[in-house]
Amino acid sequence: MSLSRAEVEHIAELAKLNLTEAELDQYAVQLSAILDYIAELNALNTDDIPPTASVLPLKNVLAADEVTFGLEQKAALANAPDAEAGQFRVQAIFE
Amino acid sequence: MSIDLTTLSIVEARAGLRSGQFSAIELTQSYLNRIKALNQTVKAYLHVTEEQALESAQAVDQAIQNGKDGALLGIPLAIKDVLSTTGVETTCGSKILAGYTPPFNATAVQRLFDAGVIMLGKTNTDEFAMGSSTENSGYFTTRNPWDTERVPGGSSGGSAAAVSARLAAGGLGTDTGGSVRQPAALCGVVAIKPSYGRVSRYGLIAFASSLDSVGAFGRTVQDVGLILGVMAGHDPKDSTSMNVPVPDYMATIGQGVKGLRVGVPKEYFIDGMQPATEKAVRAAIAQLEAMGAEIREISLPHTRYALSTYYLIAPAEASANLARFDSVRYGLRKTQGDLWDTYKTTRGEGFGAEVKRRIMLGTYALSAGYYDAYYLKAQKVRTLIKQDFEKAFEQVDVIASPVAPTTAFRIGEKADDPLQMYLSDVFTLPASLAGICGLSLPCGFDESNLPIGLQLMGPFMREDVLLRVGHAYEQATEWHMRQPAL
Repeated sequence: MSLSRAEVEHIAELAKLNLTEAELDQYAVQLSAILDYIAELNALNTDDIPPTASVLPLKNVLAADEVTFGLEQKAALANAPDAEAGQFRVQAIFE
Repeated sequence: MSIDLTTLSIVEARAGLRSGQFSAIELTQSYLNRIKALNQTVKAYLHVTEEQALESAQAVDQAIQNGKDGALLGIPLAIKDVLSTTGVETTCGSKILAGYTPPFNATAVQRLFDAGVIMLGKTNTDEFAMGSSTENSGYFTTRNPWDTERVPGGSSGGSAAAVSARLAAGGLGTDTGGSVRQPAALCGVVAIKPSYGRVSRYGLIAFASSLDSVGAFGRTVQDVGLILGVMAGHDPKDSTSMNVPVPDYMATIGQGVKGLRVGVPKEYFIDGMQPATEKAVRAAIAQLEAMGAEIREISLPHTRYALSTYYLIAPAEASANLARFDSVRYGLRKTQGDLWDTYKTTRGEGFGAEVKRRIMLGTYALSAGYYDAYYLKAQKVRTLIKQDFEKAFEQVDVIASPVAPTTAFRIGEKADDPLQMYLSDVFTLPASLAGICGLSLPCGFDESNLPIGLQLMGPFMREDVLLRVGHAYEQATEWHMRQPAL
């Protein structure tokens, strides 16, 4: 399994990561090596095996329908890189 | 003060505090002094919370005077920097979270504070707990107290090194694929990784949500049992925390191993493992047998697939969890062109190489057309690995194995080869995937005087059995009493 440079660029775009030329080259090699290793799983027949998403014997954990207080606005905004009028401020999305 | 208070175990320190031999302030100050002298060498802490520690210690001394008692009252601990602490910088070892101060405590941390624990500081970690050496920290590499040219293991290497070097009486770490057990082994201390769901993950900044667990470090098995006992139990803030009673670990820890069945999985003794490691672990198993345990060879046939399974599931979950770092609500922001460019630039510059590698791997495994071949396949193999343990625990009470194939490796030795680095977790990954509990404790030293760890694995929610076997072994041996010369 070899990942092309174009595939690596596509994955980086999906993951919203700006990568340098050197990183793209390096990840193409390293991710291909990891995927080669991982291909060993194909040796196992898992047709009749159910997947495990969680090891817990839990289903539909529900909370009581009660009003509780969450974070206060000031605390929620305290770590924001930019805030204005009680809101997170980002670059304009619409012209 | 004639004795060095930092040499005391938590149990011993509690006895001294209770009887008034010394105060919480004196105990805390002893650790702070040692941190001042040695943290520049060991580099265990990202930030030391001296002022807060002394304030807490003062409050504890007052409470003790008023007759208060408790298992951890006045005990100074180190907290891994992936656990949220109110008003105290929490970076996950990442540049992207530099300066972030959480508005709440992780539940595990809050329970310790409620019990009177004194936080000495936040410890170094591989960035977002992704690594086995702390070399992936965005800040610096922690040193192994036994040989400062070597890694302490990871990702909770800061807490492991702090406890080993007596820069804390105990500590908290997190374990997703071995991140408390492996550094404990490499640093010669004890650590427990509880079963998934035993300790709340609320406030643990997520890496892989179906695997993450909060664990404890100590210099004795009793000490980690005490910390676990305080942290464990249901938390309504974590829907994956199990609502089951927490046993009184100290009530059963002294029951010995007579009649217990100890399984030895043949798949955990592999070609290429360090001979000294195999020898020490085999000797530890013989010791358990001499103490009355019954040894049985068992098989966990899907062990070899754990690494591949883990390196699909964990990165897939990480790629989703780390999507939250978008520079809007917290963390680094690198403004560029439009908002899309800002996201990409911030994440490209803010995350380190290993984190980006895993986000890429996980994104690929979850992307259209590959989900069934990779992620779903891995989840199915995860079932097989879990079933291996379920079958084994029909025959045995506990499983004994090495923690890691080798003792501590040199800084830089594996840094350029991700697969080689991943292989250092080959014996800890299966228990993580199965969600069961594991204990790591010292069982010997190699020819370079580097510690070797014994791993005990127990059935889901049976931490009590691990602590019992570990404590019995520790009582019969002296490995845990050796200390690094610093």
